[in-house]
Amino acid sequence: MSTNKGEIDNEYLELELLMEGIYRKYGFDFRDYSSVHLKRRLDHRLAISGLKNFTQILHRIIYDEEFFKSILLDLSINVTEMFRDPPFYKEVRKEIVPYLHTYPFVKIWHAGCSAGQEVYSTAILLEEEGLLPRMQIYATDFNEMILDKAKNGIYPVENIKSYTENYQKAGGKASFADYYTAQYESVIIKQRLKDNILFSFHNLVTDGVFGEMNVIFCRNVLIYFNKDLQNKVLRLFCDSLVPGGFLCLGTKETLKFSDVEDYFEIVSPREKIYRKKR
Amino acid sequence: MRRLSAVVVGASAGGFRALSQLLSSLSENFPVPVVIVQHLSPESMNLSVAQLDRICRLEVKECDDKEPLLPGKVYIAPPNYHLLLEPDHTIGLSVDPKVNYSRPSIDVMFETAAEAYGDELAAVVLTGANNDGTMGCLKIKNFGGLVIVQDPATAEAETMPKSVIDNVGADYIIPLNEIGKLLNKLAEENPNG
Ligand SMILES: C[S@@+](CC[C@H](N)C(=O)[O-])C[C@H]1O[C@@H](n2cnc3c(N)ncnc32)[C@H](O)[C@@H]1O
Repeated sequence: MSTNKGEIDNEYLELELLMEGIYRKYGFDFRDYSSVHLKRRLDHRLAISGLKNFTQILHRIIYDEEFFKSILLDLSINVTEMFRDPPFYKEVRKEIVPYLHTYPFVKIWHAGCSAGQEVYSTAILLEEEGLLPRMQIYATDFNEMILDKAKNGIYPVENIKSYTENYQKAGGKASFADYYTAQYESVIIKQRLKDNILFSFHNLVTDGVFGEMNVIFCRNVLIYFNKDLQNKVLRLFCDSLVPGGFLCLGTKETLKFSDVEDYFEIVSPREKIYRKKR
Repeated sequence: MRRLSAVVVGASAGGFRALSQLLSSLSENFPVPVVIVQHLSPESMNLSVAQLDRICRLEVKECDDKEPLLPGKVYIAPPNYHLLLEPDHTIGLSVDPKVNYSRPSIDVMFETAAEAYGDELAAVVLTGANNDGTMGCLKIKNFGGLVIVQDPATAEAETMPKSVIDNVGADYIIPLNEIGKLLNKLAEENPNG
């Protein structure tokens, strides 16, 4: 069997039409996601669905909402962990926490929060810094199923070892076990960490500004977007931040060469922490 | 292979030494991009990129998201991210689940490279103690690309090159010290235009 580039070009054409169909029918807009990423996810779906090509997927999603939902899950990659990139959290303590102490009330937005590990990591950090009672944290994602998981804050016990290591490397001041209750095969995040967090649906591509935020975390979401969409979402973040507010991206995401570069100063080039100019 | 437009390299256990030797033998005016996935622990990564840059006549860098692939530059996948090649020859990164227990995975990079470069691609499989890269080589061959494998007898760990030879078949099975020379020669023989 041999394949050639021309066939691939045709497949990408079908893929574009599929994304157009999903948008027109269901309002979810993947048209500006990274195309190789979309193709890999959908190639996988093709292989297990018994359908022959993307055009057949398009036909099926138009008439079968349940099938569309499974595609939606394919396209939302929820891989996450607690205190992912420990040096990042150290930097948050050093650079952002002192600023938060100067405010009586603080608004924080975790965009693309997945199953909640990232936002609970922040809640733990803020509690250790004595800040949690003053915080209103918004945690959003466009995947309803993963949002439910995030609200519950129940995680498999086998992840705890690596989470604990991350916590310690991230400069944790207490014992990680203080923050969860173990129950059979699972651990449950303590209720007091959840009190100031509001989980809600928000699609970064199609929904609007979240006003007057002091800090926005959006890590490992932008890499799935193409350059145009990255710019659009970065503008949304810029408009949602108060002057002097912070934007935290994933370690391989950057404001460099973006449309909003000039509106920010770089706080940590390595950990990708930026501050909106006043 | 119709012409050489990109080189992709996969390496695992023992890969740092093998990569050092390979990269130091590429000629100064090597005319196409080289993209590398090396399995490594996150901690040791930065150090090795700097070291490889020192010994290679070409610029060696850890790649960034959406970076365009340029001739004569060497791109290394960052630890903990998959490296994918987009159809427009830019780099995409993802935190998708591990493949073959690895992130970055050689298969992910090779498979996307096959689609992006078709029959203008050469793949190099170096030392390693697992099977990552085999599926990717299969796809590269199906697209008419070239597969070069380090002679397992010269590899610190033979499993990875051997798996490609046994399951896919290689166009070249040669000792490590000849791979750079072969790539230089393939690049020189490129038809004009
Ligand atoms: C790889 S996870 C990153 C999770 C976490 N921020 C971290 O770094 O560990 C990406 C998350 O972004 C969400 N996402 C992708 N596209 C989105 C969009 N258009 N709007 C909101 N969330 C989105 C996915 O559902 C997924 O939960």
